[in-house]
This record gives sequence, structure tokens and C-alpha cells, in this order.
Amino acid sequence: MPAPPSEPFGRQVESAAETIVGESVDAGFLGEGAEIRASAVSAGNEGKRSRGKPFGLGAKLAMGWMAFVVVMAILAKAGILTWGDAQESVARCARKGPFADEGGASGYLLGCDSNGRNMAARLALGAWTSMLVATGAIALGFLVGGTLGLTAGYFSGKVDTFLTGMFNVLLSVPSVIMALALVAFLQGSPSEAATSGLPAEMILIIAIGVVSVPLVGRITRASALSWAQREFVLAARAQGAKNGRVMAREVLPNVLPAMFSISLLGIAVAIVAEGTLSILGVGVRPPTPSWGNIIALDRGNLFKSPHIVFEASILIFLTVLSLNYLGDVIRARFDVREGAL
Amino acid sequence: MPSELVRLIGKRLAQLLIVLLIVSFFTFLLVRLLPGDPTNVIIPFGTDAQREALRSDLGLDKSFLGQYWSYVTGLLQGDFGTQYSSGRPVSDLVNQSLPVSLQLMIYAQFLALFFAIPLGILTAYRNGTRTDNALNTSAFALLALPNFVLALLLSFFVGAELKWLPTGGYAPGLLDGIFDSSRSPDLDEHIRFMILPAITLAVGQIAVYMRLLRSDMIATLQENFITMAKAKGISNRRILWRHALRPSSLTLLTVAGLNVGTLIGGAVVVEVIYQIPGMGLKIFQAINAREYVELQSYIVVIATLFVLINFFVDFLYSVLDPRIRRARAAV
Repeated sequence: MPAPPSEPFGRQVESAAETIVGESVDAGFLGEGAEIRASAVSAGNEGKRSRGKPFGLGAKLAMGWMAFVVVMAILAKAGILTWGDAQESVARCARKGPFADEGGASGYLLGCDSNGRNMAARLALGAWTSMLVATGAIALGFLVGGTLGLTAGYFSGKVDTFLTGMFNVLLSVPSVIMALALVAFLQGSPSEAATSGLPAEMILIIAIGVVSVPLVGRITRASALSWAQREFVLAARAQGAKNGRVMAREVLPNVLPAMFSISLLGIAVAIVAEGTLSILGVGVRPPTPSWGNIIALDRGNLFKSPHIVFEASILIFLTVLSLNYLGDVIRARFDVREGAL
Repeated sequence: MPSELVRLIGKRLAQLLIVLLIVSFFTFLLVRLLPGDPTNVIIPFGTDAQREALRSDLGLDKSFLGQYWSYVTGLLQGDFGTQYSSGRPVSDLVNQSLPVSLQLMIYAQFLALFFAIPLGILTAYRNGTRTDNALNTSAFALLALPNFVLALLLSFFVGAELKWLPTGGYAPGLLDGIFDSSRSPDLDEHIRFMILPAITLAVGQIAVYMRLLRSDMIATLQENFITMAKAKGISNRRILWRHALRPSSLTLLTVAGLNVGTLIGGAVVVEVIYQIPGMGLKIFQAINAREYVELQSYIVVIATLFVLINFFVDFLYSVLDPRIRRARAAV
């Protein structure tokens, strides 16, 4: 964004603020806080390009953890993993933690939940649900938000004013509340016949995905805006390429790195969002386990059998941490610096 | 300069009105689309005829735009409508829950800045040292800790194990008394109830603010006027706090301003876990109870707050950085 000479500082601050808003992604919820903002510091500030350098220990650990979670989730879903039945209730094990006295939780690696169901099996299957919802939501958000952002940045002018205005309006309603209302709308009332019939996972994917649209849209727009003014875009247009082609073939490939670098962070945020919505009572319906609803179901037993809540919390924490870290690493590799626009 | 200011205020007010109009319209639309019939809430066992009568009483039989129009004209007169189930004016409910959330937000914001500013300055000053690395790593880890996990952790260890603080409930504070004179503040209890929720909300922000301030501060410390100050023999402490902090705090201020609005959203889960009767908990209850009118009022109030705060943040810019003031005056 070239600053108009008349108000050099005002514009600069505004665009900086814009970048910040656009990039706000952290563990709070969609949009609350600023994971990437902060990561721009480590990745961008020193101006080092780490492309081609071997991965550090942290990155390896993070990749290892993510590989473990993904493989565990897939094996659990496929039924290959034999940590036990995620639904079978064993009375003698109910609410017993992994270190419970003998006769209780022996044979159960991580203890059992309040219904006496095997925690290890439920967490593994919950990983599948949580990852499915998070990845699906972010895919949806990127598809819609990316397309809108690309359009806004490429055409600029009135289209841009309209779309940016829409993003801003969407952002002025806190994302948790927006997601909550969307889920309530899509779920239908359980007491009435007029339910939408969508599976709960799908509803969450749509709700979290829609909330992420303005965030992704703004980041994509900022990036597309600067690329669209480059000479090669002009050249393509001069050769008679249509707008659609220029957008898809010239602008999009350059915008993609910026989008990819935030996709991992987006998934992290979506995992937290799934948990938050579960706590608020609109998550994945039991008996299907997700990390969020494992916590939500046994939140009432926090004081008596804390292991249930804490085991799921630790998984969420490590996964979000790994995704944040990997997002940072990718960002440094691609040298994505929104602030430099 | 004054005419410039007037123009800026006028422009901002116009923006505010447009945003509010759009937000209220979409809220209205979304809330109308929410499933469930409000007449079911009010008279669960009513006959069809009674339902029809009630619908026309509530204005639900009017066209969509007609309903929206009467809603907006009501809003402008401070009339938020009534809660279906109790018949109480929604403005009363807003008066009760808004100060609760505002206080929670203010405490959280204050705590966050109280810790983040010194830490940000320290890490910028010690850029690249072990202190810097350790603090940055901790901040990074804190960012991965979801609000609800932290809330549960704190209520387990500080609330249940150590029994230092209550894990749920609320007592009115100063603002509650101002908004609603029938509620007398009980400050001791109020603080005890608010400590854990405020910490829960603040922790993530500390990490964000610290890292933001650090990066801006590092850039400021390279500037000529800092070298000049050093050459004059001013102490490091004074340079950091008096010379470098102000120009470095713009991004921090923007984000802090924007976060006030989004903190309300983040407060939903915190209020639900700690059972604090603020806007978050009310919104959660309103969605579950299909209280359309109540719900849309909360959302419009939050959106208004959000836009207003940004409005003020924009003004604070010119106070903090004279360069912006001059640039604006030159337009």
C-alpha cells in the first residue's frame, strides 16, 4: 500500500492496525488476541530468512507431536487402535484416574471418565473429531474468505470498499457470540420438529468456518492488494488475459504462501473454538467424543476426578502449541511479512 | 485544527451510524432466523388462538421490515423491548449485566497492561539475551493455553485445592452501583469473585501485549532521538520509560482498544465457567432460551461499544504521537 504523501503517518498507522486486526489469531478464540502478530516479531523483525536451514529441535518435536495426534486419530477412527472401547462403560473404573488404587483403574492407561469409559480410547477418538472439525472449518473459511479477499484486493475500488466493509461489520460482533448464534440457528431446537438434520460436526464446521471468513478475507486482501499492482499483473492484462485468469494464475500463487502460513494457526484456533463451543453446550453431541466435549461432560467432576478434564486439556494445549510453533516456522521460511506491505 | 477535528468527528459519527445500522439489521435477521417460536416460551400450553393474539401483541405478525423498523425506532428512544419470559424491560437486564462485563474487562485489561508493559520494555532492552528468550518462550506457551483450560486449572488449584478464592459467583462492585442504584457495592467480596476470572482473561493478553510492545520498542530504540538522549547522558531507565515507551505504544494501544470489544466475546466462556452474571452468561442463556429481543439487544450493545472504543483509540493516537497530529492537521 503506497502511502499518500499528504498523511504519511496516519495511513501508516491505519495499515499497521489493519494488518494486526487481520492477523489476529490465537488460542483465545477466533480473532481474540494475536498469535501471528506476535510471531511476525520472531520471524520478521530480525529480517533473517530461514529458508533452507534444517529444522530446529522445537520444530521436530512439534512435527512429531502432530504426526502422533494425526496417526492416533486416524487409527482410532479406523478401529485399528486397540486401546479399548470408547463407549463401553465399566462401573468399577468410573471416575478413577490413572493412579487410582488397585482394583479400580488397572489396565486403563489414562483412567476412565465419569461413565466408566476408557479415557485413552475416548481421547484418541476425540482427536479425530476435533481435528476433523478444525480442519474442515478452516478449509471452508479459506475457500470463502480467500476468494472474497482475493476479489477485494484484486479489483480494489468499490468492490473492495464493499467487501472490506462487510468484513468489518462481521468482525464487530465477537466471534464466540457469532459462532454460538450460528450453531443455535443451524442446530434447530431439539424440542421441535424443525431441526436442520445436519450432523453436529458439520454444523460446527460451518459455524467456525463462517466466523473465520472475515479474518482470512482481510489477510488475503492485504496480500492481494499489493500483488495486484505489480508489473507482471499489468503485463498479463496487457496480453488480454481476463480478470479470472489473472487472479487465478498471477495473483493467487503469490498470495498462497501468506495464506498457508496462517492455516496451521487457524486450525489451532479452531480446535480451541470447538472446545469453547462444547463448554457452552453446543458442541459435538455425546456419545461421540471430542476433546471439547470430554472436558464439557466432566467439568462438574473437576474437583473429584480432575484427570478427565486435565488429560483432554493437556492434549489440546500440546496440539495448539505445536501448531502455533509450526505456523511460525513456516512463516519464517516463506518470509511472509504482512507488515512490510 | 478545530475545523479539522470537527470534520473527523463528523466522519467518524457517520461511520458509527452506518456500522450500527448494518449490525442491527444483520443481528435482527440472524436472530429472527434462529429456530424456535417465542410464543412457546411465554405460553407453553396456549391454544393456537392465544398464540396468534400474543404474536400480534409482540408485533411478530408484522412484516420483517416492519418489525425491524419498530425495533430501530425503539432503540433510538432507549427502548430495547421486553424479555419474553418475564416481561421485564431488556434495558433493565442490560443495565444489570453490562457493568459486570465491563468491570471484568477493565480488570483484565489493567492486569494485562500492568504486567505486559514492564515485561515488554525489559525484553526489548535485553533483546537477544537469556531473559528475553525465557520470557518469549513463556509468552509463546501461554498463547497456546485456551481460556477455558486456564479457567478450569485456576478454579481447581487456587479455588478447590488451596481454597483461597471462590470458584464461582458474583458480588456487585462500584460500576454496578452506578448503573443500578438498588445494588449496593460489596467491594471485598466483589474483588474476591473477580480475581480468578480477571486473571484468566488477562494471561493470554499479557503474552500478546508483551510481544507487541517488544517488537515496536526494539524498532524505536534504533532511532536517532534515542541515540541523542543517550549522548545527553540520560539514564537508561528514563530513556526507556520517558522517551521510548510513548512512540512505541501505538500498536499496543490499537490492539488493546480492539481487544476490549473482543474480550467481551472471550468473556462468554469465562463468565459461564465462573458463573458471573455478565453479558456473556446472559447471551449464552438468551440463545438457549430463545429470547430474541434480549439477544439482539446484547449484540447491538457490544457492537456499539466496540465501534465507540475504536473511535477513542483513534483520538488517543494523536495525543500519543505528535507526528500523527501534525500529519492530520496538514490534510
